[in-house]
Amino acid sequence: MADHILDIRNLKIEATVHPPDGDSFDVTIVDGISLTLGKGRVLGLIGESGAGKSTIGLSAMGYGRGGVRITGGEVFLNGRDILKGGVKRLRRLRGREVSYVAQSAAAAFNPAHRLMDQVVEATLRHGVADRREAEQRAIGFFRKLGLPDPENFGRRFPHQVSGGQLQRAMTAMALCSEPDLIVFDEPTTALDVTTQIDVLAAIKDAIADTGVAALYITHDLAVVAQVSDEIMVLRHGKMVEHGETRQIIEAPREDYTKALVSVRSIEHEEKAPSTRPILAVERVTAAYGGTVKVLQDVSVEIHPGQTLAVVGESGSGKSTLARVVTGLLPPMEGKITFDGRSLTPKLKDRSKDDLRELQMIYQMADVAMNPRQTVRTIIGRPLEFYFGMRGAEREKRVKELLDEIEMGTGFIDRYPAELSGGQKQRVCIARALAAKPKLIICDEVTSALDPLVAEGILKLLLRLQKEEQVAYLFITHDLATVKAIADSIAVMYRGNVVRYGPKSKVLTPPFDDYTDLLLSSVPEMHVGWLEQAIRHRRMESAGN
Amino acid sequence: MKRPRIPPSALVGLIITGVYFLAAIFAGWIAPYGFADVVGDVWAPSSAQFLLGTDSIGRDLLSRMIYGGQTTIAIATAATVLSFATGSILGFLAAVVGGWVDQLLSRFVDLMMSIPILIFALVILSVMPVTIVTLIIVMGLLDSTRVFRLARGVAVDITVMDYVEAARLRGEGRLWIIFREVLPNALSPLVSEMGMRFIFQVLLLSTLSFLGLGVQPPLSDWGGIVKENKDGIVYGVTAALYPAIAIATLAISVNLVADWVLTRTTSLKGGRGG
Repeated sequence: MADHILDIRNLKIEATVHPPDGDSFDVTIVDGISLTLGKGRVLGLIGESGAGKSTIGLSAMGYGRGGVRITGGEVFLNGRDILKGGVKRLRRLRGREVSYVAQSAAAAFNPAHRLMDQVVEATLRHGVADRREAEQRAIGFFRKLGLPDPENFGRRFPHQVSGGQLQRAMTAMALCSEPDLIVFDEPTTALDVTTQIDVLAAIKDAIADTGVAALYITHDLAVVAQVSDEIMVLRHGKMVEHGETRQIIEAPREDYTKALVSVRSIEHEEKAPSTRPILAVERVTAAYGGTVKVLQDVSVEIHPGQTLAVVGESGSGKSTLARVVTGLLPPMEGKITFDGRSLTPKLKDRSKDDLRELQMIYQMADVAMNPRQTVRTIIGRPLEFYFGMRGAEREKRVKELLDEIEMGTGFIDRYPAELSGGQKQRVCIARALAAKPKLIICDEVTSALDPLVAEGILKLLLRLQKEEQVAYLFITHDLATVKAIADSIAVMYRGNVVRYGPKSKVLTPPFDDYTDLLLSSVPEMHVGWLEQAIRHRRMESAGN
Repeated sequence: MKRPRIPPSALVGLIITGVYFLAAIFAGWIAPYGFADVVGDVWAPSSAQFLLGTDSIGRDLLSRMIYGGQTTIAIATAATVLSFATGSILGFLAAVVGGWVDQLLSRFVDLMMSIPILIFALVILSVMPVTIVTLIIVMGLLDSTRVFRLARGVAVDITVMDYVEAARLRGEGRLWIIFREVLPNALSPLVSEMGMRFIFQVLLLSTLSFLGLGVQPPLSDWGGIVKENKDGIVYGVTAALYPAIAIATLAISVNLVADWVLTRTTSLKGGRGG
């Protein structure tokens, strides 16, 4: 036991649920999990949302999020059971022996203090080093993590650095007090792929250099394959499979793990463009408030029954393109033609048919539906509004649509809060379909979903496209999704379309610099990808 | 299905509030004497005949308290309803329409709020005939600026939600957006605020009456009863304390209920009323 830094035995964690109408009841979030972690080892915890992975991670610090109780099992840290001994003892070891890197660094840093004060806080508090020494150590970590101007980096405030830098600063904060264990809770999930790769490499190097043990929590198997020595797959709070990283990725034993590894198995034949596009965006320039141009001279076309995927990082202008097409943001220059007729720039000037034939599906399905309306109202309203359907006729059509999205009529009286993430997105799809549109704008519709659920949504969208001949403007940052469903692709970078054409052409070399960077940054599901990608990058930049 | 259990603090609040409201509604049946009948000596101590004693001119204090409660609660309720109707509809309108409508309404409200309500009310009531109707209108309209602020703030949060954008993209009109998309989602913070505004109205009315510009004699509310009997305190007569205690306990108990409503409705929605 002494050689294990962390030893969790038969951990059971429960929480009490208070439903809006009904009795409170207990649910088991983590059920009988055991794991051990030796010095310098990295264990990846992977699973869908609700699998209990973050809860396990926090239990390694003796912490339960609001309302959560650790009801069984033991957690040994450096040989001591940390669940016994009370808050004072926990306070002594948190930040000293075990530290935590949260998903959203932007929310985890206090915006009112300079980075350095926050990075060295735990170190000073625990008396590990005096201020000068702690700051020297922090600067060393800044350098090791590849942060710009490490000497002065700590003087900045959180809002003065980028998201990727902030995430690295948080890793420095976790490392600074020289803990024995670090819990990484989805540290790269909120980052763009091109940033993620740098942060991943930095974290991996830092772990290797300091010899710290780590729990690495993520839902992305391709990411965890790059940094961990072993992987534990979780589902519904129970362990599904546990093994060395290579075994899990290359030879998974359980069906669930196999499904996770083989996700994105969609085959989609690229269709040839027709003679007349359904939507033509010509030389559109747009800005918020007038000065800063978010879109510059953008021209793209979508053909009936086909999918144009718009890819790019956050801030590249892809969502703005959607807002311009829908009329929410009238462009400064340029022209939009829809189904042969010119679209008026402003939403309120558009005819009911223009509105009907151009529908939108949102990223966050839970805020895209009014929480106080039932599925019947949500899907039924467009029927009533555009086609004047009422009573039994409307009811019948709502039920047909529910069948079409593979949900069944039993859901008709439910409120959005009573649906799962995937079901919510399906209802949103049904609402869009109810209008019998010719084009649906899909804004990151699968980004908030677990991989297996997202796969189901993509398959549904493809089937509906075949049946209803609807075209999609598919906005995403996820290249795997693009490969799966697109007919043509537009790559956007800082408001410009840097590469545009049929999928086969866009994804075939020679690439322009940005597309190359983007494509090479997408984690691939094999061990050693990270090193390859970094090497590829160095060669590219050496070649320039 | 069973409702979750009511916490003790809210239960205490509910019971006290309930007792006051019931007493106000059934005042005519439960008050032992008429509110203006002189039935005993001046400031008689409490006895079996006069449970709380008598007031400065020999009226039964308990009966005065019960009728006073009726006046206080009725006027405060009417003013609250008026301030909510005006404030929330204008607030929603400002949020949904935006632009110059929002600017105009919001700046006007800023202007109104820069003058303390009590002073504003005193000025208006000293030049207008003080009737119950003017009291309700003045109190309701002045307080509607606070409701406007809240309603607009809540509605602005809601109008940026994707479901409102979806309704706009569908081509829905303003009435649908206000009444079908915004209002149902704004109800819970507004309802709990209603408790707060009601308390404020009770306190404002009591203050006005105490200063002589509220409810006029022979009718009296709790604030008025404090005023009538305040001179007795010097002689050790406790008559002025009963209405004061009634005002305080009503305020606290409504507050406890409103607190519970707020936490209940927000915890259902993941921490935010919206």
